[in-house]
Amino acid sequence: MKTYNNKAWLLVLPVVLCVASSAIVPLMTVVNYSVQDILGPDQKVFVGTEWFKLVMRDPELHEALGRQILFSAAVLAIEIPLGILLALALPAQGWRSSLALVLLAMPLLIPQNVVGTIWQIYGRGDIGLAGAALNGLGFDYNYTGDSMDAWLTVLVMDVWHWTPLIALLAFAGLRAIPEAYYQAARIDGASRLAVFRFIQLPKLRGVLLIGLLLRFMDSFMIYTEPFVLTGGGPGNATTFLSQYLTQKAVGQFDLGPAAAFSLIYFLIILLACFVFYSLLQNAGPTEKAEH
Amino acid sequence: MASIELNGLGHRYPGSSDYALQPQTMHWEDGGAYALLGPSGCGKTTLLNIISGLLIPSEGRVLFDGRDVTTLPTEQRNIAQVFQFPVIYDTMTVFDNLAFPLRNRKLPESEVRSRVAEIAEILDLSSELKRRASGLSAEDKQRISLGRGLVRKDVAAVLFDEPLTVIDPHVKWLLRRQLKRIHHQLKLSLIYVTHDQIEALTFADQVVVMYQGQVVQMGTPQDLFEAPAHTFVGHFIGSPGMNLLPCELNGDSIRVGEQSLAIPPALAQQLAQVSGPLTLGVRPEFVRCAAEGELASLHARVLRLEDLGTSKLLTVQLGAHQLKVKLGEHAELLGEQVQLALQPEHTMFYAAERRVA
Repeated sequence: MKTYNNKAWLLVLPVVLCVASSAIVPLMTVVNYSVQDILGPDQKVFVGTEWFKLVMRDPELHEALGRQILFSAAVLAIEIPLGILLALALPAQGWRSSLALVLLAMPLLIPQNVVGTIWQIYGRGDIGLAGAALNGLGFDYNYTGDSMDAWLTVLVMDVWHWTPLIALLAFAGLRAIPEAYYQAARIDGASRLAVFRFIQLPKLRGVLLIGLLLRFMDSFMIYTEPFVLTGGGPGNATTFLSQYLTQKAVGQFDLGPAAAFSLIYFLIILLACFVFYSLLQNAGPTEKAEH
Repeated sequence: MASIELNGLGHRYPGSSDYALQPQTMHWEDGGAYALLGPSGCGKTTLLNIISGLLIPSEGRVLFDGRDVTTLPTEQRNIAQVFQFPVIYDTMTVFDNLAFPLRNRKLPESEVRSRVAEIAEILDLSSELKRRASGLSAEDKQRISLGRGLVRKDVAAVLFDEPLTVIDPHVKWLLRRQLKRIHHQLKLSLIYVTHDQIEALTFADQVVVMYQGQVVQMGTPQDLFEAPAHTFVGHFIGSPGMNLLPCELNGDSIRVGEQSLAIPPALAQQLAQVSGPLTLGVRPEFVRCAAEGELASLHARVLRLEDLGTSKLLTVQLGAHQLKVKLGEHAELLGEQVQLALQPEHTMFYAAERRVA
């Protein structure tokens, strides 16, 4: 005979209130916008999936999405291997290690809009160290005029800003591997590459999964840095999804389409994270016995 | 397979002025099962790592079959080592784990397959070969670690660094027996580090007892029990350990506290040569209750009598010291006082912790 005690609901209530006020209510507001055409404070029309259809057909959005996917893919493809390499190259202990970690972590401490400003000046062709140097070397570099230059500058800036995060995570993961694994590998005659492939990489799986998810979400939502650096230009060359969304919602006050797009944006990120997570979970070993 | 010779071998870790391992010379025979026994921090793991080549000693030499391997890296030494915690390659199957050392040495795949099958058979892992190694139990993982060592044909010695620490007690016993069987089957030299005396005494033909960075005695379990060469061996081996009583030589007898104990003249002469304070050592098993007035007996006051099930443990006060005596299961005591007789052939004398007679 089961007993039911309704007092349990009281215990869940605080969590329900918190989650509702922080996540569910705002999300529902967006859902509300996405299915209505709001003409004025008292004038609204239910439009069903009209805004979703409109947004999905918007060529500008397709371009922004393409740029965004390319950007996130490039960020992950560069930052993850580079971060691992950095972590492997760092001194393991002593003051050198502490110093290297502090230096490495510096970019992480700088606010996004300051990063944008730093690179804006750094990349300038007339007075910027990088820009002037590149031009001096004979490259025709101008991030405000050339789409490719702008795009690459945003990418390099992100790599500079966030690779340390991966490096720190990987460093922590590497330090957690017991010495016996390396000793056993030496006894087994494993090469340096085999040690990396069969000991270090599998043991880093957990931290790399976190790093991958963080970098994917962050890069997929990037806004401040390109906004400060290039303002999305030249043309639309560095207009990524969140900037496109802001233009729609705040610039043009198209709340309906913007809300519809927000939901799609959210679902894309959720889906991608889920896919990454499941893939990595299944790629590695499971601790469960198979029988 | 090889004999191992340690020649004036000692080690100081960089930046430390104390020896982690006192310089010493030793010879370990081919095919023997040796246990390195000692408390934590006595240098046994240091010694093991020097033999396996994970550590280069600061002085002395290591010889395998007369060949100097002191500075040879681990991978060229033909040593297998099993660690305290099972080390397996998570992403590989059991088969790939066992094949790993052979593949690293570029053996032809057909030979790899036959070697792995052979070793898996010996270790009862044949049915597990296709499974992911990470899903296995701790003892199976430890068996794989062992297998990775055995799979190489040229292995000179297998070293074990407290390999049963994480294994359940009832499986420990099985695994130890399996190890013994493998030892007989493959005639390998085994060196087994442990701080558990039961493990050392049941596993090894020769037990090497270490204390504060030096080997204090190497011998069969029986040697260690009946004739400890060092007071540390006396009290570390056995449960409870050896009784140690400060004493003085007084002509043809020994003074223990206020009492006198007659000894043979030959022994007295031998002890007269020794300088420094003497200690008398006798195991609780070699003391018995004597009849009143019996010669060569000591008088003591009973403190307590504990029943250990198969025997009884008597604790008595003798002068300023306590003494333990192991009595038979049915022993009864009458009164508060007792006469104790020490078996002369099992009564040892120590000076500066070393056995002198």
